[in-house]
Amino acid sequence: MTIGLAHYLTVAAILFVLGIFGIFLNRKNVIVILMSVELMLLAVNINLVAFSTHLGDLIGQVFAMFVLTVAAAEAAIGLAILVVYFRNRGTIAVEEINLMKG
Amino acid sequence: MTTGLDNWTLAAPEIFLAAAAMIVLMVGAFRGEKGADLVSWLCVASLGVAIFLVLRLEHGAAFHDLFLVDAFTKAMKVLSLVAAGIAIVMSRSFFLRAGMWRFEFPVLVLLATLGMLIMISSNDLMTLYLGLEMQSLALYVTAAFQRDDQRSTEAGVKYFVLGSVASGMMLYGSSLVYGFAGTTSFPSLAAGFLAGQASTGAVIGLVFVLAGLVFKVSAVPFHMWTPDVYEGAPTPVTALFAAAPKIAALSLIVSVVMGPFRPLLLQWQQILIAVAVLSTIWGAVAALRQENIKRLMAYSSIGHMGYVLLGLAAATEEGVRSVVVYMIIYLAMNVGTFACILSMRRKGVMVERIGDLAGLSTRQPGMAFALLLFMFSMAGIPPLAGFFGKLNVFLAAINAGLYIPAAIAVLASVVGAYYYVRIVKVMYFDDPAPAFDRPVERDMAVIMLAAALFVFPVFPVFQTPFLNGAQTAAKTFFSGK
Repeated sequence: MTIGLAHYLTVAAILFVLGIFGIFLNRKNVIVILMSVELMLLAVNINLVAFSTHLGDLIGQVFAMFVLTVAAAEAAIGLAILVVYFRNRGTIAVEEINLMKG
Repeated sequence: MTTGLDNWTLAAPEIFLAAAAMIVLMVGAFRGEKGADLVSWLCVASLGVAIFLVLRLEHGAAFHDLFLVDAFTKAMKVLSLVAAGIAIVMSRSFFLRAGMWRFEFPVLVLLATLGMLIMISSNDLMTLYLGLEMQSLALYVTAAFQRDDQRSTEAGVKYFVLGSVASGMMLYGSSLVYGFAGTTSFPSLAAGFLAGQASTGAVIGLVFVLAGLVFKVSAVPFHMWTPDVYEGAPTPVTALFAAAPKIAALSLIVSVVMGPFRPLLLQWQQILIAVAVLSTIWGAVAALRQENIKRLMAYSSIGHMGYVLLGLAAATEEGVRSVVVYMIIYLAMNVGTFACILSMRRKGVMVERIGDLAGLSTRQPGMAFALLLFMFSMAGIPPLAGFFGKLNVFLAAINAGLYIPAAIAVLASVVGAYYYVRIVKVMYFDDPAPAFDRPVERDMAVIMLAAALFVFPVFPVFQTPFLNGAQTAAKTFFSGK
């Protein structure tokens, strides 16, 4: 069996859905949410690189580089906000993030 | 031969803002805590220079079609720059009192504005993503800016998590569009779809991209972050969120659906109609039981976004024109209202319950009257500016044959009028609550006065130049393509 475009797209789709489920079903820890976001972005990268080789077009790989860069910046900012939050509340449990409701 | 740098002057405002942000950051770093005032004025001045540069731009595309300047993008850029500048001016006294008047805040707003300009000018899925992220990353930080306040940091966490999910969805959509259409460039995508190559994959991609963008304008069903973030974020940041990013994200939706995805009208029109109708209904119904005025403004902005998207769903020149006009009016009403909210302070402490406004008409008749004008304008009562905004949107929808959505939106607007009028009732007829600190600060008073004058009588009387300007902006999508 040869590995084709469809296989890569399936893997990427599974990873993406796992990422989304990780965010909405997770009731424990915000760090897990950050990991799930990374998972979603990496799924996108697999998609982009697979399409890029399939189409014989470099733009997808350039796009993947930009996504990687932005993902790093996003993780840095997310962790910084989380540290500030932890200092105020002493916890990063998802269930505790509920000061505002309505 | 083109090198890709032939038209780099088209990006002059962006290049200038990027350089200015770096220089201003250096000034702030060397002056330390004392430099906050200087940095904030430098930032406002940079935004002013950027407006000047935008107005002088010629039209065209640059950087191998990654970047586009036309009448529409210029109009939206000026609106975002104005909104960002006013937000910086409004933030000073609030953060001074909170002990958080630091030079980083205006610089972050400057960087977010740079992201907005890139978003507005984007002509490629890559530029779109980078601009959007640049804006969002800076805004996540501003939401959590009051770092010793529990609610502000919680707003930051919520905004960050939900914002990243939305970016991820938009990105997944972009990757599908790229894969199934074979390009990320807007003109090539439009040409490809026009030739009839819209595969199912590309349509699914379009849905994901729209979902991500709809999140950024906080329309239903991706609105759940808005009330919490609006309530928790520091009030000047809420004022910023309500105006500039909305304008930028909305202009992005317009250029995406009217540009590359125009040939897929049948697919996206239904989505936009559903989003618009649900937003108007939810914005009206959910606001009825709110007691916190910042939360109320969140639902109000969800409703307004619904009306704007209804105008866009018409997909006609009239529709795009109504979007531009609505955004101008929305900006004025929002800025004015937030100037009032920022003046609700007792003994130096901010209060934000609607009940706190009771009896304002006897204690501060000027501010009460200004807030009355803004509330009536948001409710869409003639002859105030908000009425004309809604009128244009509904006319565009009806002329495009969207009778039922327009009728539902009109009904939602009637329901929504209840909570705007309720604020007026509290101010004018309820037993007075303890007075707010007086006098209203000069900056706030000037902004309130200017916004009130714009809402009435300036806009209703001198509509023609605004309508003509919006017409020119809207025409860019309909000429010779």
